[in-house]
Amino acid sequence: MSATSDDLDKGRRHFLTLATGVAGGVGVIAAAVPFVSSFRPSARARALGAPVEVDISKLEPGALIKVEWRGKPVYILNRTEAALATLPPLDGRVRDPESQQPQQPDYARNQYRSVRPEVFVMIGVCTHLGCAPEYRPDVAPADLGPDWKGGFFCPCHGSKFDLAGRVYDGVPAPLNLAVPPHRFLSDNTLLIGDDRGLG
Amino acid sequence: MANGQAGAIGERIRSVGDWIGARFPISSMWREHLSEYWAPKNFNFWYYFGSLALLMLVMQIVTGIFLTMNYKPSADEAFASVEYIMRDVPWGWLIRYMHAVGASFFFIVVYLHMFRGLMYGSYRKPRELVWILGMLIYLALMAEAFMGYLLPWGQMSYWGAQVIVSLFGAIPVIGDGLSEWIRGDYYISDITLNRFFSFHVIAVPLVLLALVVMHILALHEVGSNNPDGVEIKKHKDETGKPLDGIAFHPYYTVKDLVGVAVFAILFSAVVFFAPEFFGLFLEHANFEPADPLKTPEHIAPVWYFTPFYAILRAIPSKIGGVTLMGLAIVVLFLLPWLDRSPVRSIRYKGWIFRTAIAVFAVSFLALGYLGLKEASPTYVLLARIFTFLYFAFFVLMPFYSRWDKPKPAPDRVTYHHE
Repeated sequence: MSATSDDLDKGRRHFLTLATGVAGGVGVIAAAVPFVSSFRPSARARALGAPVEVDISKLEPGALIKVEWRGKPVYILNRTEAALATLPPLDGRVRDPESQQPQQPDYARNQYRSVRPEVFVMIGVCTHLGCAPEYRPDVAPADLGPDWKGGFFCPCHGSKFDLAGRVYDGVPAPLNLAVPPHRFLSDNTLLIGDDRGLG
Repeated sequence: MANGQAGAIGERIRSVGDWIGARFPISSMWREHLSEYWAPKNFNFWYYFGSLALLMLVMQIVTGIFLTMNYKPSADEAFASVEYIMRDVPWGWLIRYMHAVGASFFFIVVYLHMFRGLMYGSYRKPRELVWILGMLIYLALMAEAFMGYLLPWGQMSYWGAQVIVSLFGAIPVIGDGLSEWIRGDYYISDITLNRFFSFHVIAVPLVLLALVVMHILALHEVGSNNPDGVEIKKHKDETGKPLDGIAFHPYYTVKDLVGVAVFAILFSAVVFFAPEFFGLFLEHANFEPADPLKTPEHIAPVWYFTPFYAILRAIPSKIGGVTLMGLAIVVLFLLPWLDRSPVRSIRYKGWIFRTAIAVFAVSFLALGYLGLKEASPTYVLLARIFTFLYFAFFVLMPFYSRWDKPKPAPDRVTYHHE
């Protein structure tokens, strides 16, 4: 006693096929979640990305130190009065003079892009393609031209930044250099990667 | 006596063959893809590169398996384990150089294979899928090469990966999260290396193999094109064999063996005498271990990516550069629908199309050269000009391929008889 094709309830069969397909599809998507999520930074990677404490008592005016935070070079620069004075005249030549783009925490969204004007903290990763910009405090060197007031220069694709990490117009990098979350634990101790109480 | 014994052994082998044949379609597969796959009889020099690409795939897989036996995919050990392979593993240097040089030769062969398709219109109907599958192979190959280049954990490995992964960061909104997801960390780290290793040795090769099988199956479904770009299936004898077709085996297997021999000479010359190929195949900066805090003076990808890298750098906006670089690949997929010429082969296309192909070839090579150089203003200007020409070739093709005055294509393939 086999059913002939005339006996088939096509609507019912179609519904069952669809229901099976949808249930199976939902199952496949659900099963994919753990695999896709396993690509996110692991607990250990997150732990290793913890804040870094830096002693800046020996940072001379004009000097720059680099510390590593989350595998990125963080530049800490002690800016002199003369260095700070170069910044306002450059407002017309940089792309984002007012720091409109979210490249810094709110407490560093000011003229000097820093908590204290003299201590500038930034991530030394070019916003173009991730190279490390060089600190070039020399004024008007041969390779950077007479208009150079000191700043950061990316050797990879020639992006230029001023001493507050603001990107010049007409270079490949789209954004100002990023300022990481940071705060002062005391006069001479910086904590990079943590800004509780400031944010 | 001896004859009788040989006959008995032959009988035994045949019966084993019959036993397998009744259970697996070995003989029909042999006929369909080799002994009765009718290929046009007028294949020329350019037709070596398909089989050579297959040879390179096999070589990369075999050398890769042996490298995996001694390589350590961890940030602390990777660089040293490659040096260990080079110095301490018996013949390790040869296997490693075959693999490293093999990557470059794979791309040389694939680029020539693609250019052959471009010249003879092998992407045209009904071979659109053959072309698209080929393009997917090319994409998979680029992913494979890029992730493989991170594994030695040298400075250029590291910073090249840094540049490429940060390209994803250009995508609005999801960009940063996406690059973090790809890296599995806040920077290119041990975690990134380990997952790229997994992709490089198993995930992408599986995809590549599947795509190559589909590429060949699709090709054998529609039949091979030829330098005249005419369809050999239009003229068949009473048994259904194309009049201008010859059996792939033995005719082209033997021809391809000659190609393999010549290729092996060139390949060996590079492997033994210039494995770094003057910093083109293995960049000098890669002989220093990766250092996340120190960028090399000048970052350039390996030569086979430089045409696209030059396009990326030519655009003074990050998202614009990334988009245009992606489009440079996407337009290649569209080729079958851009060409409106009534003939397939460059042999019968008119001067406009021929000039366009020449301009395209020059632009591609020039971009490849510029991508290796530093981004000085002159070079950037040149890169912009050649980027424009690269895209003009595709974007204007629907127009110039119709205005072009082709010569009449012959009915049958041309062939020089005695």
